[in-house]
Amino acid sequence: MIRAMSLAIALSYLWRAVAFAGEPVNPDADFKAFRDYFTKRFPKVSLNDFVNGPYSMDADLRKQWEEIDAFPPYQFAVDKGKEMFETPFRNGKTYGDCFPNRGIGIRQNYPYFDTKSGEVITLDVAINQCRAANGEQPFDYNKDDMAALTAYMAYTSRGKPFDIKIPDDPRALAAYQKGEQYFYTRRGQLNFSCASCHVQNPGRHIRTEVLAPALGIMAALPIYRSEWGGMGTTSRRLTSCNSQVRAVPLEPEDELYRDVEYYLSYMSNGLPVSGPGARP
Amino acid sequence: MRKLLPLVALLFSAGLSSPAWSAPADDYQAAYAKAEVAIRQADALKNQWTTTLSELAAAKKAADAGDFDAAVAHARQAEALANASIAQAKEQESAWTKAVIR
Amino acid sequence: MASTIRIRAVADGDTTVVQALVQHPMDSGFVKDAQGNFIPPHYIEVMEFAHAGKTVFTAFWGPAVAKDPYIKFSFKGAQKGEDLTVSWVDNKGAADSLVGKVQ
Repeated sequence: MIRAMSLAIALSYLWRAVAFAGEPVNPDADFKAFRDYFTKRFPKVSLNDFVNGPYSMDADLRKQWEEIDAFPPYQFAVDKGKEMFETPFRNGKTYGDCFPNRGIGIRQNYPYFDTKSGEVITLDVAINQCRAANGEQPFDYNKDDMAALTAYMAYTSRGKPFDIKIPDDPRALAAYQKGEQYFYTRRGQLNFSCASCHVQNPGRHIRTEVLAPALGIMAALPIYRSEWGGMGTTSRRLTSCNSQVRAVPLEPEDELYRDVEYYLSYMSNGLPVSGPGARP
Repeated sequence: MRKLLPLVALLFSAGLSSPAWSAPADDYQAAYAKAEVAIRQADALKNQWTTTLSELAAAKKAADAGDFDAAVAHARQAEALANASIAQAKEQESAWTKAVIR
Repeated sequence: MASTIRIRAVADGDTTVVQALVQHPMDSGFVKDAQGNFIPPHYIEVMEFAHAGKTVFTAFWGPAVAKDPYIKFSFKGAQKGEDLTVSWVDNKGAADSLVGKVQ
C-alpha cells in the first residue's frame, strides 16, 4: 500500500517537472503585467509609494506612520546593527570583506541567483555564509541579531532602486518560476495564497490590519512590527504568514522561501529600498 | 499449572494474545498509524496543515490519558485533514497558474 | 553604554515641540514566557522633562504602556540652544537621563 503511494508521489513529481518544462517563462512580461495591475488598480498611488505597503493604501494609517517616523521604532536595531557591522570577527576580518562595496549600499541587489551553487542567495543567507567563512556561528534567521544587521544594511541602501537579475541560466528561470508558483499557490487549512491577500485585496482589511500590495512588498524588510514588539526579517514574516493560514511553515530560508523572495523582488525592480520599515 | 500451560500456548498461537477489552487501544494504534502515513505524504508535498499536527497531538494525549474513543476520533480527524491538505497540494499544482496576473 | 533616550526638541516661536523615544521592555507582568512562567513586571513609572530648572511635563506610566514608548508634547517658554533634561525611573528602581538641546 505504502509502496503504491510512494510511486504515486514519484509520478506526480515527474508530471510536475514536465509541466514546468511546458510552461513558457517570461519574467519581463510578468513584470509588466504585475506593475500595470497595481498602478491601474490604484491610480492615485505614485509608483514609488507602493514600497510603503499599507501606508500607500490608507491615509489615516499613513498619518500615524509619518508621526512615528520622526523616531522610528527600528532606530535601536539600526544602531545595534551598525555596531555589529563594524565589529570584526574573532579572526580580525569584517562583514565588509565578504561583500561588494564593503557591504554598504548593496541591499537592493539581493536576492541574486548564484550560478555556482545553482540557488537563490538572499542577503540573510549571504550574511550567514560570511559568518561561516570566518569561523563564526550562524545567526537565527527570524529576528534579533540577523534583523539588526540587515536593518543597518537596508538603511545604507535607502532610496536605491531594486536591481534583481535573472541570469541567462535555466536554473535561474526555474527558481523564478518556483517562486511565482509559491506566491500564487493556496495553502493551509484557510486555503489562502499570498496572492489572496496581496493581489486580490490590497488596501482592504483582514481583521484590523490593512493589507499591503504585493508590488514592493519586499522593499521595507526587515521591519519593526508593533504586533511583534520588535524586529523581524523576511523569514519571520513568511513563516508567520504560513502559520496564520494554518500551514506548517517551512524552515527559514528554505529553497521555496528564497525563490518567492526572488520572484517578488524581481517584480519590484526599479522601486526604492524603503527598509528598515515600521508596520502595525 | 502444568495443565494450563498448553491452553495458554493454544490461545497465543490462535493469535488471541490480547484480551478483548483492549480492542479500543488497537483501534487507536491503527488509526494513528493511518494518520501518520497521510501526514508523511503531506510532508513530502511540503503542504502540512498546523491543525493536522495538533489533532495528532491531541490523539496521543487522549490515548496517554486512557480515553481511547477520543483518541481514535482525533486520529481519524488528523488523517482526514492530512488527506485534505494532500488534495489541496495536488489541485493547486495546476490551479495556481489561473491566479497569475497576466 | 548608549543612552536609552532619544530626543528631538524643535522651537517654533514660543512653542517647543518635543519628541522622545525610550528603549525599555515595558513588561506588564501579564505576559508568559515560552515555559509558561509570568515575565515579571518591568516598566517605567515616571518620566520627566525639565527646562531651566522647572518640570515642564511629567508622565506617570505603568503596565499599559507598550515596549519602547514614544512620546510627543509641546510647551512654551524655551529658546533655541537651551537645555532640556529628560529622565525616567522604573518600578525596579533603575533610571536614566539625558540632556538634549532645543533646536
